[in-house]
Amino acid sequence: MLNKYPLWKTLMVVVIVALGALYATPNLYGESPAVQVSGLRGVEADAGTLDNIKAYLDENNLDFDSVVLENGQILARFTNTEDQLKARDILDDKLGNKFSVALNLTPNTPDWLAAIGGTPMKLGLDLSGGVSFLMEVNMQEAINKAKSAMVSDFRDDLRSEKIRYRSVKEANNGVVVIFRKVADLEAAETLLKKRYRDLLVKTNDDKLTLSAKMTEQKLKEIREYAIQQNITIIRNRVNELGVAEPLVQRQGKKHIVIELPGVQDTAKAKEILNATATIEFRLVDTEGDLANALKGRIPANSILLRDRDGRPSLLKKRVMLTGDHITDAKSGFDEYSRPQVNISLDSAGGAKMSNGTKSNIGKPMATVFIEYKPTGKRDAEGNIIFEKVQEIISIATIQSRLGKSFRITGSGSPAEAHNLALLLRAGALIAPITIVEERTVGPTLGAENVRLGFEAIMLGFGLVFIFMMVYYRAFGVVANLALGANLILIVGIMSLMPGATLTLPGMAGIVLTVGMAVDANVLIFERIREEIREGKTIQQAIHQGYDAAFSTIIDANVTTLIAAVILYAIGTGPVKGFAITLSIGIITSMFTSVIGTRAVVNAIWGGKRLDKLPI
Amino acid sequence: MQILHLKETVKFMSYRKIALVFSALMMIASVISLATNKLNFGLDFTGGTLIEVGFEQPADLKIIRQVMAENGFADAKVQFYGSSRDVVIRLGLRGDVKAEMLGNEILSVLQKATGQTVDMRRIEFVGASVGDELAEQGGLAMLTALICILMYVAFRFEWRFAVGSVVALFHDVLLTLGLFSILQLEFDLTVLAAILAVIGYSLNDTIVVSDRIRENFRKIRNSDPEDVINISLTQTLSRTIITSFTTLIVLAALFFRGGELIHGFATALLFGVFVGTYSSIYVASLVALALGVSREDLIQEVIEKEGADQDAMMP
Repeated sequence: MLNKYPLWKTLMVVVIVALGALYATPNLYGESPAVQVSGLRGVEADAGTLDNIKAYLDENNLDFDSVVLENGQILARFTNTEDQLKARDILDDKLGNKFSVALNLTPNTPDWLAAIGGTPMKLGLDLSGGVSFLMEVNMQEAINKAKSAMVSDFRDDLRSEKIRYRSVKEANNGVVVIFRKVADLEAAETLLKKRYRDLLVKTNDDKLTLSAKMTEQKLKEIREYAIQQNITIIRNRVNELGVAEPLVQRQGKKHIVIELPGVQDTAKAKEILNATATIEFRLVDTEGDLANALKGRIPANSILLRDRDGRPSLLKKRVMLTGDHITDAKSGFDEYSRPQVNISLDSAGGAKMSNGTKSNIGKPMATVFIEYKPTGKRDAEGNIIFEKVQEIISIATIQSRLGKSFRITGSGSPAEAHNLALLLRAGALIAPITIVEERTVGPTLGAENVRLGFEAIMLGFGLVFIFMMVYYRAFGVVANLALGANLILIVGIMSLMPGATLTLPGMAGIVLTVGMAVDANVLIFERIREEIREGKTIQQAIHQGYDAAFSTIIDANVTTLIAAVILYAIGTGPVKGFAITLSIGIITSMFTSVIGTRAVVNAIWGGKRLDKLPI
Repeated sequence: MQILHLKETVKFMSYRKIALVFSALMMIASVISLATNKLNFGLDFTGGTLIEVGFEQPADLKIIRQVMAENGFADAKVQFYGSSRDVVIRLGLRGDVKAEMLGNEILSVLQKATGQTVDMRRIEFVGASVGDELAEQGGLAMLTALICILMYVAFRFEWRFAVGSVVALFHDVLLTLGLFSILQLEFDLTVLAAILAVIGYSLNDTIVVSDRIRENFRKIRNSDPEDVINISLTQTLSRTIITSFTTLIVLAALFFRGGELIHGFATALLFGVFVGTYSSIYVASLVALALGVSREDLIQEVIEKEGADQDAMMP
């Protein structure tokens, strides 16, 4: 029979809309103020911490809704923000520096809903308030570092194999080694080719120069490593800031996006993020003449650096160890209760340290802190130019052959030791980063945006609703049902999709979808009217109307979808949000306005003998 | 209820000369304005710093400007934003080392100078390279969108329609850009998003019309292409008007109630939808007609695609 849906099809429509509605419901429950406690530097919150927190809260007579332990984090919910703020201060004070305590808003999703994966939509920073940063990684510096590492590695290798060379110098994307004898070069070539498979080792025509270049693959690895390392370090730093649900994500080739919801004190955040620094350990040049060096006659293998108070020292040019091998640094006290800093290295760092110190016992070693400060200028390729500021932060005597873990003593007061440990931990960045974009949205503006967006959606929805009802009567009501179902589905899918975030332009996208979603129904209904005018029977007119409009609807929506997908690909933050809601809206609207309305129309008017349609 | 009761076919194509002159003039005006006035690019593209602050009482711009000048921000542009309590301060890119720290600095300066609690509503800082990259990406995105759509339409319809719809899209985008250039409205990232949405919408309209033209070429034998286009446009006219109307009312809701932040977005879409409706009637069909679209170009598909419906259509 014409215009009858099989039962399964009607059921499918009902089930899909019901599922959409189910997953949209978490958005109705609102949020309650909470305090989130998470461990720092490998510490995890456990049942013991949970009991402690409960005890602290009870001691201070703070009413809490619940305190739960989840994924190594503890979440305490409160009924009002006053208690939440008090609790934050108390916990921050009591738990010490092993845990970060952050304010948070937790959704009040009922347990049964949460159990089936129901969560409310994630709000973008323009709606929730907070700050987002875009950081740029200085890739040139990462490559420069790899080159200087190559220089010292080559020197070590040639020396240990007793191959004589005239010089080893950095060159474009690699290193150039000059020899005095052809035989030396040949020996070196075999050796280097064997040891460094990721380098292109080549002899020049003069038979005395050997050039080693990093392969594209190697360069890519260096860049990859630089960005990954920065992401890891930023994650750690962000954790120390005490922010609930921060986002640190890579974007493109050399950028990192950091989103800190709810953060208002952006100055502090920036100080911590901007502190790009590295550490280097060098031997002190005890033979060089400091007085001469101060007059400008610096020995060829040495450099002249100063400490914070301006006291100069001559250091060996060769770097014994770079800070990226440091895995941890803690301040503490030695057996005589003198402050000390315990340093742990990774295994490669341990080996280097061991090699570097074995023949230098009793000699002083300097720790150099290097900061990269952006100068605000850019080079020809548009990369930011950095100024390198080097400072000696400690000089200590090597007491024995050092390995993977060692300590620096005699750093003065406990506060100084603490500071040194902090600098050592922060000093592992291989490539410096700078903030190239910042967007901060205050909480009032965020709340206002939510209100405005919501109002615009409701107003637009209401106007279209009234128009459709007046213009198409009963069929208009069917289209409105579809519109409502469409809105529910968009919200349901947005809540369910892990990466989807609702932003202000995203809300605008929903408004736009509301306006455009009725288009499919207008197309169908106009076509049905036309068919009736042409003298078709009612049932045939409905059938033809839906059929003829279908391919038009598909074509029209696919093209809009193309635009939306491209927008998603290039857009960031809020604009991406617009592309997401627009894309979801296009797909759900096709479903509700074609299949959804057909199910209703078929159920009410389908297969009956009718002389007129309320259209 | 029905808005249009058209008994006769409207002779759209007989006004094509007027439409042609009108479109040409508008496009020329847009190009001239884009060349001379340029676009008033927003922070997203130019780079710089923007601070939006809320005061408890209506703010005095003169005082704020003076405070800014005294603190070394003589180049600051100070404007109201939506209400007299909301003030936006814009600063260009500077060579300073700590450009990203400016926002917080200005906030504290204002706090001190006015003695009022100043509510930080938003701070935006965009570095120079980011803006350049974005402009490049934005242009690339528009181009990619146009090419993808051209390919899809050419695949689904016929190259003449594809060219027609892309010319229509180009027309709509150019006029919308022209509007932003002539009125010197701020062109930011959301406006770019709106323009891509305009591309989607305008195409939607064009495709509905093209679809009907194709259908009518198959149905009506031995007829002049111009007549077929007129008939098709008349048949789809009420749908075109209703859809544009519903879209325009929701956009009006956004324009009036959506707040300052998406004002530009709503403006671009309102105007874009308006010209998109016009262009789907005149520009797209006109180009297809001028390129000599005819029954033979489309007849092949009839047998393939709608063979099943053949009986119902034949009297």
